[in-house]
Amino acid sequence: MVQVTDEVAALFCVNDHVKVRFAEPPGHVRIPHYCRGQVGVIERMCGTFPNPEELAYGRRGLPAQPLYRVRFAIHELWANYVGNLSDCVEVEIYQHWLQSMQ
Amino acid sequence: MSDSEESIPDRGYYRRLQAAVEALLILKGVIAEGDVEKERNAMDARDHHAGARMIARAWVDASYKSRMLGDAAAAAHELGINIGAMRLIAVQNTPSLHNVVVCTLCSCYPRMLIGRPPEWYKSREYRSRIVREPRTVLKELGLVVPEHVVIRVHDSNAEMRYIVMPEQPAGTEGWSETALAELVTRDCLIGIELPQVA
Repeated sequence: MVQVTDEVAALFCVNDHVKVRFAEPPGHVRIPHYCRGQVGVIERMCGTFPNPEELAYGRRGLPAQPLYRVRFAIHELWANYVGNLSDCVEVEIYQHWLQSMQ
Repeated sequence: MSDSEESIPDRGYYRRLQAAVEALLILKGVIAEGDVEKERNAMDARDHHAGARMIARAWVDASYKSRMLGDAAAAAHELGINIGAMRLIAVQNTPSLHNVVVCTLCSCYPRMLIGRPPEWYKSREYRSRIVREPRTVLKELGLVVPEHVVIRVHDSNAEMRYIVMPEQPAGTEGWSETALAELVTRDCLIGIELPQVA
C-alpha cells in the first residue's frame, strides 16, 4: 500500500553544504535572487511549511516543504566585498530550492 | 533614526484600490464594517515595549535567556505576551558578533510583538543594501561595527521572524528589569542601534 504523507522528508542536516537552484519561475517565489545559484551552509532546520508558491494561487501547498536557514558568506555573494570575511547573510530556503553538494 | 516617508508613486491610486477592496469584502460578508479600522488600531497599539521586556528578562535571568534563544515564541508566551502563531527567533549579539534584521522581499517584521515596521525598514534602499554592504549602511545609520566583530544579516524572507538580543550595557548590573527594558529601543531589536546608558 502506498503511504500518503502531506510533507516531504528532510534531506539536509545542520552544517551540510547546499546549492540554491538557479531558476526564475514566474509567480510568488520567496527565494531572493541574490542567493540563487549560490552555495551556503545549513544553519538550522525551521520545520515544514506549505509551499508559498502554491498557497499564493489558492492551492493547499502540499506536500509541505522542509524549511532551512542557510548561511552565505557575503564576500562570496558580492564581488569586492570590504569587511570581515566571516560576515554573512542567513536566508530561509525551502527544500525544493536546494541541491546537495555531495 | 527617524522615519522618513518613502515616496510611493501615485499613492492616491493605492488608497482608492484599498477602499474599493475593503468595500467589496464588506459587501460580500467576508469582513464587517469597522473590522479594518479595529485591526489597524490593534496594530498601532503594539510597540517595541513587549520585545524590550523580553530582552530585560533575559539579561537578569540566565535560564529565561537560554529558553528564549531556544524558542523565542514560547518565551514571549511565558511573559504573557500574545504573539499569535508567529514563529520567532531571537539572535544574540556577543562581543564578536553583531546581528541585524531585514526582509529583502517585502517588509516581514515581528509585528505581533513589536508593532509595525518603520518606513525605512520597508525602503528599497535598506532592503537592497544591508545584505550587500552592511558595514556601510550601519555606519550611515550611526552604528560603527569594529572590523573584528562579525556581522550576521538575517533575511526575514519566509516563515520566521527575528529580534536581536543586544548585550547588556556595562554598568547596568543590578538594575531593575523595568529600568533595563527602557534601554532597549525598537532599533536595538532590529540591530541598527545598541542600548545606550545616558
